[in-house]
Parts: sequence; C-alpha cells; structure tokens
Amino acid sequence: MSSNNLDQLYRQVIMDHYKNPRNKGSIEDGALTIDMNNPTCGDRIHLTLQVEDGVVQNAKFDGEGCSISMSSASMMTQAIKGKKIDEALQLSHIFSDMMLGKEYDDSIDLGDIEALNGVAKFPARIKCATLAWKAMEKGVSEEQQQN
Amino acid sequence: MLSKEIRSYFPILNQEINGHPLVYLDSGATSQKPVQVIEAIKKYYEFENSNVHRGVHTLGNRATESYEGAREKVRKFMNAKSTQEIIFTRGTTTSLNTVAQSYGRANVKEGDEIVITHMEHHSNIIPWQQLAKETGATLKYIDLEADGTLSLEKVRATITDKTKIVSIVYVSNVLGTMNPIKEITQIAHEHGAIMVVDGAQAAPHLKLDVQNLDCDFLAFSGHKMCGPTGIGVLYGKQHLLEKMEPIEFGGEMIDFVGLYESTWKELPWKFEGGTPIIAGAIGLAAAIDFLEEIGLDEIEKHEHELAAIAMEKMSTVNGLTIYGPVDPSKRAGIVTFNLDDVHPHDVATVLDMNGIAVRAGHHCAQPLMKWLQCTATARASFYLYNTEEDIDRLVAGLRTAKEYFSDVF
Repeated sequence: MSSNNLDQLYRQVIMDHYKNPRNKGSIEDGALTIDMNNPTCGDRIHLTLQVEDGVVQNAKFDGEGCSISMSSASMMTQAIKGKKIDEALQLSHIFSDMMLGKEYDDSIDLGDIEALNGVAKFPARIKCATLAWKAMEKGVSEEQQQN
Repeated sequence: MLSKEIRSYFPILNQEINGHPLVYLDSGATSQKPVQVIEAIKKYYEFENSNVHRGVHTLGNRATESYEGAREKVRKFMNAKSTQEIIFTRGTTTSLNTVAQSYGRANVKEGDEIVITHMEHHSNIIPWQQLAKETGATLKYIDLEADGTLSLEKVRATITDKTKIVSIVYVSNVLGTMNPIKEITQIAHEHGAIMVVDGAQAAPHLKLDVQNLDCDFLAFSGHKMCGPTGIGVLYGKQHLLEKMEPIEFGGEMIDFVGLYESTWKELPWKFEGGTPIIAGAIGLAAAIDFLEEIGLDEIEKHEHELAAIAMEKMSTVNGLTIYGPVDPSKRAGIVTFNLDDVHPHDVATVLDMNGIAVRAGHHCAQPLMKWLQCTATARASFYLYNTEEDIDRLVAGLRTAKEYFSDVF
C-alpha cells in the first residue's frame, strides 16, 4: 500500500479543514455571490464575499465535493479575509503556480494553504483544489470592473 | 467464467500502475483494445489506406471493400435486415443527435410528447431537451422503481397517443439495469410512437437483435466494445431512414450537385457526409470478430457472474452502499457504490494508488444522481478480461480506503 504517497495528498491539516470547515455558510446582505461547479465531477461551490473599500471583509462558502475541494475552499476563505483585493489575487496566483508544480513565491506566509502543495502530484485532483480559488477570482474581478 | 488467457490479448493490462499490477475496472467508460483490433488498424494504414467510394485505383478498391465489409459485419452483429440500415457515425452521441435532429424535427410538433427515463445518460437527454424546446413538445420522464428498474405499468402510464418518440437506454451505465426493450417497444408502437434505443452499454455485453426487439433506431459506440474511439453506429429501419433528411452536407453524401440544388446518395451513404471514419470502421469490424469468436452469450454470462461475485464480496465492506438492482441477473457488469461519507473522488484516488482504475463522479447522468440523492458515486465496471482476482483487489482496496479515511478523520 502506497500510504506514503497518499499522505502527501491527504495531510492532517487538509483533513481538519474538511472535517471542521472554516467560514461555512453564506453572507446574507450586500455580498458578492459566485456559484461555480466542476462539470466533470459534480463538485459545487457557493461563495459569498463582502468587499468594502477594496478589502475582503468577510468570506463564506457552501457546497458539495471531495475532501480536497472543500478543504481548499475552507483554507481560501480563511486566507483572503482581511486582505486587499490585490493581495487576494496575488495569493490566487501563487496557489495556481503551486498546483502546476511551478516554483512559487514563498516570501508570503501561506499558512495552511501550503499543505495543499501535494495535490500537484495528483493531476486528476488539481481541478478539485482550484475550484474555490477560481470562484473567488471571478467574484473579485467582477467587483473590480464595477468600481 | 471465461478463460484468463483472454487477458493476454490486451497488451495494456500487462503493466504496473503506481507500483501495482493494473486492475482496470472502467470499461463502462471505454474498454481496452485487443491486439487483433490494434493490428487491423495498423494493417489498414500500412497496406490499404486510401479514400473510399472514389477513384479507380487498386488501393481505393481495397479501402472501399474493407469499409463496406465492416458495414456487413455490423449488420450481421445486430441482425439488421440490410446494410442500408447501418450508418457509421462518430459514436452513440452523434447517432442519437442524428435521430433527434432529422427524424425529430420532421415529425415532432407542439403538443407532442417525447418520453425518456430517469436513468438516461446525458447523450440521451439533451438531444430531446433541445428538440422539445425547438418544437414546443413536452419531454416526459418515466419514474424508476426503488431498485432502479423500470416497471411496465409506469411505462404504460407515461406513453400516450400524443407520444411521438420513446428513447430509452438498453443497459444503464450507472445502475447496470437491463431494460425490457422489446416490451417497451411494443407499448410505444401501440401508441404510434417510434422507439429509439441507446445501446452504448448493451452492444459490448449482450447479443443484439434489432429485428427481435423491433425497435426503430438503435445507437452504439465502437470504443466500449473493444473497438477504437471515434466510430459508432446508428441503426434505423429502412422505411424511416429513407424519408429522413441528412443533417450533414458535403462530399461523399451527394448524388448530383447543381449550382442551387443537390440530391443525395441512397442509403446509408446520404447520412455519411465527408470522408468516413474508415480505419475506425475496420477496427470495429475486427472487434466484432474478436467478440463473436468468444461469444456474446458467454461474455454476458461472465459479466453476470462477476457482478454477482462483486456484489457479494463488496457487501462485506462495512459502510458500503451499492446502487441499482439487488438481483445480479437483472444487471450487467456494472456496480456503482459509495463508501460511507468518503467522497467517491477520494475513494478513487486511494484505489488508483493501489493500481485499481474506477470511475468517480456523476457518470454523465446528473438527473439520475439527483434521483439517487447523491452528488457523485464511484463505479466499477467489468468486461471480458476481468477476473475474480480483480474483484478481490478492489475489495482489498476499498478496505484500505475505509481504514485510511477512518484514520485521518
């Protein structure tokens, strides 16, 4: 059994986010709402963001999916709360590089997100991990266009 | 059970995946190819390659003979009356779309009904959704029984005199259910409707007989039955096909072309616009030879046995739910399942790390997932090269997955 390889994917901190998701739910009023799904597997995310003065004041998610997609959503909301839009997008680019197995900017503390770097070795699962980030990018860029 | 020697014809099976001998349990998505098929395609490209139905040179004749020979092979394989009823397409999806766009647009109007079921693949839902939207017809679904089978009472209750088209899957790609197509065809005909059959999961696994079924159209794909990708078949009754207009226009399908008007070739070529899928048809013919030498009845029996063994052994894994008919004789070699709350993607990744390939997701059947009240499932699908040892490996893999996730949770 190749449990060592599996351990690279399913790190403890990922399982913790899956079991105890942070920021689960939905922001009711005046929030940006983004729904996105992964048509090849049925994973689904409903993301709500509250952006004021260019800063993500609050972020919540709801959805259905595997441990990787849901833990990634939980980590993403945790990471972008309190960040400026530019900083959130920068994190997203770093995350994308990480998923593609490229060298990524490690001058920024990624916190829990770092645990997802094992996903790069499982090409079939990269889309699971990036779903929530794509939803965030979509919402934030719509917000930028409006302002 | 079939002899394990069959495996030696499939070069791809003889390899390790993630450090373990490959166990391929995803034939429902696409089957593996025997050397006989690979060699036939190679031989075509090395000795016969040329365009068909044109030119007078020798290679052109060879290619035409092989291509049309493949059509005769398909005719015999499904017991059609004539090769004029056998149209080569890109696959089941193209075949079903051809019926919807050609027969459907000409014969369905506002107020008419199209009847399908809750267990259809997307390729047997969306062409009818589109047709219903275009024409103002109503799309109706036959509800399933709790075990994922169809009851003829509900079929009778859904099909009415307004029904113009009934289109139903022969063997469900998720539940493995084998549907009573002959009986449903009779009910459709009593109401003056035509019967379309999605045979994608049937053609690889059981003996087709379109004359016995009496269905009006039947579609299947080559790649699920040991043939190459990119080739499929649309069978249609000759009197219906004759009245239908082509949906693709261009070379190969024409009789006479004027500046403003053209006429079509006779059947089946009027439906085969452009250079046809010559190597694909030849590969499909080789696949039919291969399957018939083993025997479709033997293959069907082998799969029933594997399904029965799989259901019995898998049910010993705590927390495992199997969907579809409980009686293995009512299902083909397809076993769809979930393991506790572990997401099927996570199950499939653990199995893959153990060399076992299964499908995880919605299996192109989102309405059926809704009916099953789950967003996704995992599926093991068996074919003639699978063995009881493969099932043992699967069950061991499932236990590993269960252990692994109960540890990390």
